[in-house]
Amino acid sequence: MRTPSRSLVVVLAARGLAPAIQLFALYVVFHGHYSPGGGFQGGVLLAASFVLVRLAEGYGAGQHQIPRRAGLLLGVAGVLLFGAVGAAAFLTGGNFLDHGRVPLPGFAPADLRSLMILVIEVGVAITVAAVLTAIYDELLGDEDDA
Amino acid sequence: MTWPIELILYVVLLVTALASLEVHSLLAASVILTAFSFVCALLMLSVGAVDVAFTEAVVGAGLVGVLYIVAIFRTTRRSTD
Repeated sequence: MRTPSRSLVVVLAARGLAPAIQLFALYVVFHGHYSPGGGFQGGVLLAASFVLVRLAEGYGAGQHQIPRRAGLLLGVAGVLLFGAVGAAAFLTGGNFLDHGRVPLPGFAPADLRSLMILVIEVGVAITVAAVLTAIYDELLGDEDDA
Repeated sequence: MTWPIELILYVVLLVTALASLEVHSLLAASVILTAFSFVCALLMLSVGAVDVAFTEAVVGAGLVGVLYIVAIFRTTRRSTD
């Protein structure tokens, strides 16, 4: 898992599967309104594709995809996106997560709720994917103490 | 009329749970636990909880098994102190 796998089958299967998993993860995130799924499940699928690349192609190739330092930064960014969208309703005197009162001109309140909950799902997905990848990285540890 | 399938799934669930407890290799136990998670997801699907089944399949059978195996590789056979 630190060095690339010596098996050609493993490497080629991971190369073929990882983009398909990522595409399905995006479908799960953006179709979470209408079907089972949502931010958490889509984020875990994204993290699974990142971990699959790290397992098959070695730790170094995975670092080109999502660097270790970016894991926690993206995790924080997702939480901040969630909090910012939730707090945006404060500007017009609404409650937290009261999406109908988010000050965006040109949208009906129902459309605003539908749009903003999608932004929140994206924030959840970013956080879950980044933190689960970071858990894998931290569990694998540094080069010197492995 | 899906009860024969559910009965088979419950039996397989028990067998995988007991096997993961009884097997001596930690690696084999974690692989059997992912099989347990997958059967658990199928059972949740059969009672109509599609969202829970999806989460269980993705997390339990997908990612947690990898994390278990990485954690096992971080351990050693003997203690150092």
